[in-house]
Amino acid sequence: MTIALSENDKRMLDGLCGEASRMAMSIIVRMANVCGTNELMDICQAHIDGCGLMSDAGLEFAEKLAAAGGKVVVPTTLNMGPLDLQDWPKFVTDEVFASKALRQGKAYTDMGCVPTWSCAPYQGYLTPRFGQQIAWGESNAICYANSVLGARTNRYADYLDICAAITGRVPKCGLHLTENRRGQWLLKLQDFSPELLAEEVFWPVLGHLVGDMVHDKISVIEGLPKMATTDQLKAFGAAAASAGSVALFHAVGLTPEAPTREAALQDMEPEQVTDITPDDWYRAWEDLAGAHEGDKLDVVVLGCPHFSFDEFRTLTEEIRAVAPARAADGVDVALLTCQQSLSLVDRTDWLADIEAFGGRITRDTCVFHTPMIRRDADVLMTNSGKCGYYAPGTLDVKVAFGSIGDCVRSAVAGKVLRRRPG
Amino acid sequence: MNHTTRTVTGRPVVAGSASGEAVVSAQPISLWGGLDAKTGEVIDRRHDCSGRIVTGKVFVFPWGKGSSTGSAILLESIRLGKAPAAIVTRATDPIAALGSIIADELYGKPVPLVVLGDDDFRSIRDGDMLSIAPDGAVTVEKSNPEHPKESEVMEISEKKV
Repeated sequence: MTIALSENDKRMLDGLCGEASRMAMSIIVRMANVCGTNELMDICQAHIDGCGLMSDAGLEFAEKLAAAGGKVVVPTTLNMGPLDLQDWPKFVTDEVFASKALRQGKAYTDMGCVPTWSCAPYQGYLTPRFGQQIAWGESNAICYANSVLGARTNRYADYLDICAAITGRVPKCGLHLTENRRGQWLLKLQDFSPELLAEEVFWPVLGHLVGDMVHDKISVIEGLPKMATTDQLKAFGAAAASAGSVALFHAVGLTPEAPTREAALQDMEPEQVTDITPDDWYRAWEDLAGAHEGDKLDVVVLGCPHFSFDEFRTLTEEIRAVAPARAADGVDVALLTCQQSLSLVDRTDWLADIEAFGGRITRDTCVFHTPMIRRDADVLMTNSGKCGYYAPGTLDVKVAFGSIGDCVRSAVAGKVLRRRPG
Repeated sequence: MNHTTRTVTGRPVVAGSASGEAVVSAQPISLWGGLDAKTGEVIDRRHDCSGRIVTGKVFVFPWGKGSSTGSAILLESIRLGKAPAAIVTRATDPIAALGSIIADELYGKPVPLVVLGDDDFRSIRDGDMLSIAPDGAVTVEKSNPEHPKESEVMEISEKKV
């Protein structure tokens, strides 16, 4: 297929704007072919996920672009990286890993990226606006940007994100186009009690269920509470994007392209309609939580995606409600966040209590990218559907699942306390 | 042994030549969290290929899902020589395609990706020998279709599961 190129696209592809732009544009053009489109389009913002994983190939790619003069041409934020840029020696003993990770970070900031180092970029600096065309990486951020903000992005894979940022161009296809944002699968929540809907874990478990059910289809969900916080929608989207490939969902009455069911479906009939009952929900809850009541607990992970200011508030309240207000010996408590949230928490009196509890805060990174979990850890507890989904394979642990409060109480007990929600 | 050979044609998403034994999954996969780039093992413990090694094999799965870091995993596995010989799907997986295209840009070593139609995709059995051509043609050599091959026995890793 021949791709229609602008004069500037051609200049980039011919190497007239430098080797980095040539390589980036070459990759963009090849990906247009992969996606079956012959047109490119402008984007006005990017979020880079390719800065996260530490691999020699990824480092080579980033340094090659940076050394060739690569510069982003749109405002570009960074997802988490391989280590905590300030406190990495607390977690990382491998100096070779650390030096490579620091080089990789420098390559991206040298290219002009803003050092946000956050996997919840929608809760921080440069939040996109409704209708903006953007190129975002990181599955949970993509899901949030499309669904909750109403900005438009495809699922930009690692390394395509920086190519989009350097060229300002992407293949014109997929969720950038209105007709492809139409809801396909109507999900009707039935018979959920107010108590269950009010549970913190309601959202991530529902996300796990929906992702597993719809895969990459665009769901239209009816029957959700009329109010939902940023953190609730974050937890839902992160779980849905992990268990499936959910890049866009519509929640009727909650998300901006779904003021009504008809609007979300763009006045067409849904391809499928499915009722979701509390029984379905409890099955998903069981599926997420593989560990058993009373299992010895080794580590608690909170902040996947990165903990917000409000989640730190909830954590502090839960810690202040238990006695003793500290995790049992042998239970590590890993708290993952970004500099922006932590700067706000620094202005409260919460940190002393969190640290006395045993909470180890790391910013800029996460348990999947930096070696924070001790190797002999067997049982990990989290409030995150995403962490719960990936931890068994990636960290070789059994997962227990519960709210922030459940995690706090289990950490104090030194064992998994299961509480049936609702 | 009862051999039958036939050729099906798909869309070459990333063109190239390769051959290898099919490792067939009925489930979509996230390469990040699903594939260990250093060993070539499928590590998604919820996945039907969990514990199997795809290095040098033709990895056949319906489509990619989950993490957008999958491209980085495929790229690193190519650099380390642990990648599948080729990938066959029935829906385009842009994340895997990108990892392969970058490997081509950096190392001149893409992993061919072919998308097959539904019926052709379903006709491939675990243990079939597949040869991929740059035009998207996939030659399928069925070997003893009545019985599962040794390769279907799970290669359980040393890891505690």
